[in-house]
Amino acid sequence: MADQDYTDGNMLAGPMRELFAVDLTAATGRCANCGLTGPIAQMRVYQHAPGLVARCPGCEEVVMRLVRTPTSAWLDLRGAVFVQVPMPAESPASW
Amino acid sequence: MARAAVPGRLNRGASWRVAQLVESREETGTARTLVLEVPDWPGHTPGQHVDVRLTAPDGYRAERSYSIASAAAGNRIELTVQRVPDGEVSPYLIDVFSVGDPVEIRGPVGGWFVWRSADPAPVLLVAGGSGIVPLMAMVRARRAAGSRVPFRLIYSVRTPRDAYFADELRQRARDDGGLDVSYVYTRETPDGWPSAAHRIGVADVNSHGWPAELEPTCFVCGPTGFVETVADILVALGHDSRRVKTERFGPTGG
Ligand SMILES: Cc1cc2nc3c(=O)[nH]c(=O)nc-3n(C[C@H](O)[C@H](O)[C@H](O)COP(=O)(O)OP(=O)(O)OC[C@H]3O[C@@H](n4cnc5c(N)ncnc54)[C@H](O)[C@@H]3O)c2cc1C
Ligand SMILES: [Zn+2]
Repeated sequence: MADQDYTDGNMLAGPMRELFAVDLTAATGRCANCGLTGPIAQMRVYQHAPGLVARCPGCEEVVMRLVRTPTSAWLDLRGAVFVQVPMPAESPASW
Repeated sequence: MARAAVPGRLNRGASWRVAQLVESREETGTARTLVLEVPDWPGHTPGQHVDVRLTAPDGYRAERSYSIASAAAGNRIELTVQRVPDGEVSPYLIDVFSVGDPVEIRGPVGGWFVWRSADPAPVLLVAGGSGIVPLMAMVRARRAAGSRVPFRLIYSVRTPRDAYFADELRQRARDDGGLDVSYVYTRETPDGWPSAAHRIGVADVNSHGWPAELEPTCFVCGPTGFVETVADILVALGHDSRRVKTERFGPTGG
């Protein structure tokens, strides 16, 4: 059971909306370690680490880490080459 | 305590708002459907979820995600919560949270694990246990939109008594046209069921899903282990992994 003790990037939707005005789960990220490119929604998210830790589903390296303190949010993106956010002209009711 | 929500368009979904429980009904022996009234609810897309936040008298807070089970309709949303024994939040929502009580929610959130009724691709839904919840929102939204997009649902449950929305699914499969529902039982089957209880496998997905050549959009939701098994099967059957959308609810219990 311990080896399935994670959810996925879908659960980052709420915490990320505190930081950004767009939905990050539909964004695409590239892993800096193995180069795998895919939706943020499909990363493996571990909640029992300090903060939320998102790992690459291909190589298990940490891609993003979000730590919330009472006064700030720390977003560590060192495991990502880029995050590409879809920006349609209009996206009714999609947030 | 109730902070006013700021429903400006840019921070829609970003701030906490206070919802009120207006109705609660038993879904199965271990799950309840909670009907919440949310002032200024902006509407949602099926597949989206909300985060629920509980605050103890000493200030300790717990946050969990719950998928929206209902199709968009006014200021009401429905969540269906399964009791996780020894859980912090789900037993509270099922046993203690009562009609008239407030609760803080954030959402709707999530723009990837969603079905849009304008998408013409056939849809395969595969649910394990409570993973039916966001998929049920898709089934309900399909009906609400009068959509003819063909849907197939494969629903894995432990026993017939553990199936959520069983009556409604029977009725929708009969009346909606183009919705097929099939079950996989992992522990106990109904009387006269043609196969023995078993975990979902290639044969189930192959015979009750769509052939990969039809390029269906696949939505798989449930406990982490279940989702991984089904996603692997779909890819092995030739489905493009980009068309296999998954949502993991957490550890595979019991
Ligand atoms: C995007 C998303 C949507 C979700 N939608 C729903 C939904 O519609 N309905 C619903 O009932 N749940 C849903 N969940 C799961 C929900 O968020 C909680 O994880 C669940 O209710 C357990 O919370 P708890 O506080 O009761 O248990 P916790 O106190 O978090 O955990 C107690 C024990 O149970 C184990 N555990 C934790 N979560 C689960 C689980 N899901 N199944 C089995 N064991 C678990 C833990 O490892 C721990 O040992 C969703 C999760 C996500 C990420
Ligand atoms: Zn990687």
